[in-house]
Amino acid sequence: MTVESGAATTAAPPDQTFVQLLTPEGERIDHPDYPLDLSATEIRDLYRDLVLVRRIDTEAISLQRQGELGIWASLLGQEAAQIGSGRALSPNDMVFPTYREHGVAWCRGIDPVKLLELYRGVSHGGWAPEEHKFHLYTIVIGSQTLHATGYAMGIQRDGAVGGDPDNPKTPERPGEAVIAYFGDGAISQGDVNEAFVFASVFNAPIVFFCQNNQWAISEPLEKQSRIPLYQRARGFGFPGLRVDGNDVLACYAVTRKAMQAAREGQGPTLIEAFTYRMGAHTTTDDPTRYRLASELEMWKLKDPIERVRAYLVRTGLAEPAFFADVDAEAKQVGARVREACRTMPDPPPLAIFDNVYAEPTAILRAEREQYAAYLDSFETGAGR
Amino acid sequence: MTTLTLSRALNEGLRKALENDPKVLIMGEDVGKLGGVFRVTDGLQKDFGEARVIDTPLAESGIVGTAIGLALRGYRPVCEIQFDGFVYPAADQIISQLAKMRYRSRGHVSLPVVIRIPCGGGIGAVEHHSESPEAIFAHTAGLRVVACADPADAFAMIQQSISSDDPVIFFEPKRRYWDKGEVDTASGVANALPFDRAKTVLEGTDVTLLGYGPLVRTCAESAIAAREDGRSIEVIDLRSLSPLDEDAICASVRKTGRCVVAHEAPVYAGLGAEIAARVTERCFYHLEAPVLRVGGFATPYPPSRLEDHYLPDLDRILDAVDRTFGF
Repeated sequence: MTVESGAATTAAPPDQTFVQLLTPEGERIDHPDYPLDLSATEIRDLYRDLVLVRRIDTEAISLQRQGELGIWASLLGQEAAQIGSGRALSPNDMVFPTYREHGVAWCRGIDPVKLLELYRGVSHGGWAPEEHKFHLYTIVIGSQTLHATGYAMGIQRDGAVGGDPDNPKTPERPGEAVIAYFGDGAISQGDVNEAFVFASVFNAPIVFFCQNNQWAISEPLEKQSRIPLYQRARGFGFPGLRVDGNDVLACYAVTRKAMQAAREGQGPTLIEAFTYRMGAHTTTDDPTRYRLASELEMWKLKDPIERVRAYLVRTGLAEPAFFADVDAEAKQVGARVREACRTMPDPPPLAIFDNVYAEPTAILRAEREQYAAYLDSFETGAGR
Repeated sequence: MTTLTLSRALNEGLRKALENDPKVLIMGEDVGKLGGVFRVTDGLQKDFGEARVIDTPLAESGIVGTAIGLALRGYRPVCEIQFDGFVYPAADQIISQLAKMRYRSRGHVSLPVVIRIPCGGGIGAVEHHSESPEAIFAHTAGLRVVACADPADAFAMIQQSISSDDPVIFFEPKRRYWDKGEVDTASGVANALPFDRAKTVLEGTDVTLLGYGPLVRTCAESAIAAREDGRSIEVIDLRSLSPLDEDAICASVRKTGRCVVAHEAPVYAGLGAEIAARVTERCFYHLEAPVLRVGGFATPYPPSRLEDHYLPDLDRILDAVDRTFGF
């Protein structure tokens, strides 16, 4: 991969340029298919989001190093892909994330402390999915793309697709759609390919958002595909496109357009957000064993946050005080997350038995009673 | 009362569920125009439309995975897996996703999904069409696992499974699809035995014989044959494999003092092992003999010309019964 100078050639392979609206140098460029008219406030808000989620991520890595979290999956480098796509969603849209979508979770109003519960080991997922229209994190790679597709099929059956000529409510309904997140590794999974098939043949209102961060733990993209990922869509019968995944404006614009198409009944789109996992796969991983430092240095030049800052400074859309305020807020959020994590209590032991079935079965009740009696047999009550 | 085959009783049960709740969907391979390879969904797409009776792409993980998504959206999907041996591609979606979602979400999410699986052998089929994978699902917390054995239960239990807020693996004994029985289709299922309860098929005093699915009929025939030898066998249809109706099992064993479990699945690490352990724990001082198991061998399912040797029949079941009197 070579780095060329100029606006629109940043990281695109020679066969296809990607959609880019903001160069790594912070220069705003236009794209005929993706006009974007964000206000200065909206762009400043995106910058704020980017900075805050990076701070939360940094804090979580530290908490893992200090033994407060069992593991953490860092989003470092993927902030623009997540914030851009996440902010392009409507409140009624449903999100199906992997376990790395901390930026999207932020956009959906999930308290970052809730995300830490999973990684600290106090819950498998602490939020009500429908309340935030943000499903639980899914760890088995690609499984959630089928849930997303089924959910989109439900939207169709509810008559909640906008622009549906058979739906009398269409004029006053904007329509609903689903976005499914996954990565470059997941695109090899059977479930993702089955999701493409189901979404295609049923014309489901869904956007498949693939963050191609170039690495599936230690396996580079070449181990997953001989063709650019977005081109897979064509074989399934729906459009695919590649976007500069480090460009928050471009990610916002392409997601907004694809979601709108889905909401209007035009079916699925595959978006490949071309980005880079700047950190380790998780805190247990050691990328120095399989990739060169020079690659990381090259991607640092395309940092998703720096280009927005450069743009805001260059255009005078933000004053120095704004940046100071955002930094101060990041510090506050970081402190709050840190404190909340450290004081997060373990669940009581008998919570093990909760929520296996709608009503506990006789076998579960018996096991629960036996274990409670066992704990009570200790003078201390063993922490009950 | 109407006389129906088991397959038709399931069809009527599914029809009732579709009529009673607009959120109920049927999905699977060939469930539409064809009516399923066993005709269990015959005529349902014609009457309820393609949006509710869905011919899916040929992908089992896709069927269960999208059913999960539909359930998240408020639907109650009933998935058909065409044959027992084809359920394994959906293993992740069933075991890691469907079964665990309520637990993972701390009760925020219910997934009322039913997965119908024709199971068992005895129809001379090619490989992967005769298996009994129930122990895998009974071993998975969060799933209910049931097996119907006669038309009346097929009609009621499929509706009860669809009404359940828990995911249900619903086993249908494929070689009994054409067995006939009396079914009360007019009255609802409110008075039916709950689907997590066992039922006594034949009362007896000397030994408790536990079976489910395709072997219930074999067990009943064994009990009737044993009467000639003066043996009184109590036959219980377990119906629910997870959770087990332990109280019903133990009440019978305390009465008879002997217990034999029969299933088509391999004996090794099968459901019979769990039952034997629980009966031994709870009925130890009532037992005259160890709990014996009769079932498939610790082999893959054999070519169909050999399946009569593999499947427990009347003679093998009575052989096990006889052995419990040898201690």
